[in-house]
Amino acid sequence: MHAIFILWLREVKKYTRSRAQIVASLGQPLLYLLVLGFGLGPVFQQAGNGSYLQFVAPGVIGMTVLFTSVFSGIALLFDRQFGFLKETLVAPVPRIRIMIGRTLGGATVAMLQGTLIFLVCVIAGFRPVNLISIPLAFVFMALIAIVFAAFGTAIGSGLQDMQGFQLIMNFLVLPIFFLSGALYPLTNLPMVLAAITRADPLSYGVDGLRGVLTGRLMVFGTGTDLLALSLIAVALLVFGAWRFSKIEI
Amino acid sequence: MIRVENLVKKFADFTAVNDVSFEVPKGEIFAFLGPNGAGKTTTIKMLTTLLSPTSGTLELNGLDPMRQPNEVRQQFGIVFQDPSLDGDLTAAENLELHGVLYHVPRKVRRERAEMLLKLFELWDRKDTVVKKFSGGMKRRLEIARGFLHTPKILFLDEPTLGLDPQSRNQLWTHVKRLNEAEQVTVFLTTHYMEEADRVAHRIAVIDHGKIVAIGTSQELRQRTNSESLEDAFLALTGTTIRDETANSGADQLRQFAQMWRR
Repeated sequence: MHAIFILWLREVKKYTRSRAQIVASLGQPLLYLLVLGFGLGPVFQQAGNGSYLQFVAPGVIGMTVLFTSVFSGIALLFDRQFGFLKETLVAPVPRIRIMIGRTLGGATVAMLQGTLIFLVCVIAGFRPVNLISIPLAFVFMALIAIVFAAFGTAIGSGLQDMQGFQLIMNFLVLPIFFLSGALYPLTNLPMVLAAITRADPLSYGVDGLRGVLTGRLMVFGTGTDLLALSLIAVALLVFGAWRFSKIEI
Repeated sequence: MIRVENLVKKFADFTAVNDVSFEVPKGEIFAFLGPNGAGKTTTIKMLTTLLSPTSGTLELNGLDPMRQPNEVRQQFGIVFQDPSLDGDLTAAENLELHGVLYHVPRKVRRERAEMLLKLFELWDRKDTVVKKFSGGMKRRLEIARGFLHTPKILFLDEPTLGLDPQSRNQLWTHVKRLNEAEQVTVFLTTHYMEEADRVAHRIAVIDHGKIVAIGTSQELRQRTNSESLEDAFLALTGTTIRDETANSGADQLRQFAQMWRR
C-alpha cells in the first residue's frame, strides 16, 4: 500500500512542480476551444446544432485527459532512459503495485489537468446544464484517465526510443482523439467510420461527458458509457500490468 | 549466498555472458573485474531480476531470480553503474521513496537518511531537486541511497565511477563495516584495481563473457607472476582497448523530454 502511495505521490509532485509546463500544456486545448469553438460556431448553429462552444467543450476536456494520461504512461520511456525505472524494478515490491501506483498517479495528474481545462471552458463561456451533473462528469473524467493511463503504461512498457513514441502519438493517440466525436457529432456518419468510432474507447468518455454536462441527446447513453469505459479500464489495467511485468532492462 | 552455474546470456547478435560459473559464500566481498563490455553488468542484471538468462542456473540465498523474483528482491540492495535517481525529486525525497519501497520503517529511514546525507556531505542540499546536482553529488546520493536499508547481499556496479577520493574512502569504509558487522555479502565491479585489492576477499576476472581467473589477489598475482593486481589483470585480459556501445539515444531524449512535460 505504501509503495503504491509513494509512487502515486511522485507523479503528482512531478506535475505540480512543472508550473511552466502546466501553462504550456493549456495551449493546445485552448486552441481547439477558442479557434474551433468560435470559428465553427456560426456554421454549427446554422446546421441547427446549437452552440458549438457548448458542444466542443466536453470534447476538449476529454482530449486533455486523454493526452495527459497517455503521456504519463509513456513517460515510462523517460524513466527507462534516465534510469529511475531500474530503481523501482529491483525493489522488493511486486511489479503490479508499482504499475498501479504509477498508473493511478498518471490518472490523477490527468484529472487535475482536465479540471483546469474545465475551469478554462467555464471562463470561455461554457455552461454545464446543472451543478448536480458535475460529480458525474468527474466520474467520467476519472474513467477516461484510468483507461488511457493504463493504455499508456501498456505501450510505454515496450517503447525503447523516441521514434516509437512519435509513431504512437501519430498513429494511435491522434486517431483516438479525432475519431472520438470530440469535435463533431457521431450521428449520421458513413458506416465504416461509425463502426470505427464505436471501437474507440474515448467515444464513450466524450459521449458521457457531453451528455452529463450539456444535456444533449447522447449517442450511447450514460449506462452504456459507464459500462463500456469500466470494462475497457479493467481490460487495459490487466493488459498494462502484464506488459509491465515483462519489462527487461 | 550467490551461486551461478553455466550462465549464458545471448543478445540478438552476440553473447554477452558465455558459460560463467562461480560461487560467493555468505559474508564474502567478491570483486568482479573485467574490461568494458566483458559482461559484468549483464551478469549483475541477471542476478538482480532485471534480465532473464538465456540458459544456466542462478541462485541468491537459495532463491531463483526467475521463478521467485519478489523473494529475491528482498535479499539484495544495489548501486547501479549508471544514474537511477529521479531528477525531479529532491535528495531527501529520493531517499524517502527508496526507504518506502524497501519497507524501512519511517523512523529508521528518517534517521538513516539524515546520517547518510551527512556522511556523504549532502545534508545541506537535501531539499534541492536532484537535477540541479553536479555529477559527483548525484553519485554520492546514489551510494547513500544504496545504504539506506541493510540487505543480505549488496551489489555495487562500478560504484566509485566519478567519485572524489574522500567519498571513495567513505564508501569503502562503510562497505567494510557493513561486511564485518552485519555479515553483508558484497558483489562489486570496479575498474580501479587498488580498490579491489583493498576490500575484496576474492576476485574473478571476466573477459569476453568468460571467467578467465578466480582467486584471491595474491593468487592472481602469483599465477601471472605479476607485482601488482593491475599487472595481473593486464596479463589476464590483454592490452587491447574495448569499445562499449554508447547510449546515444539518451541525450536526444533528454532534450525531447524538456520540450514536453518532464
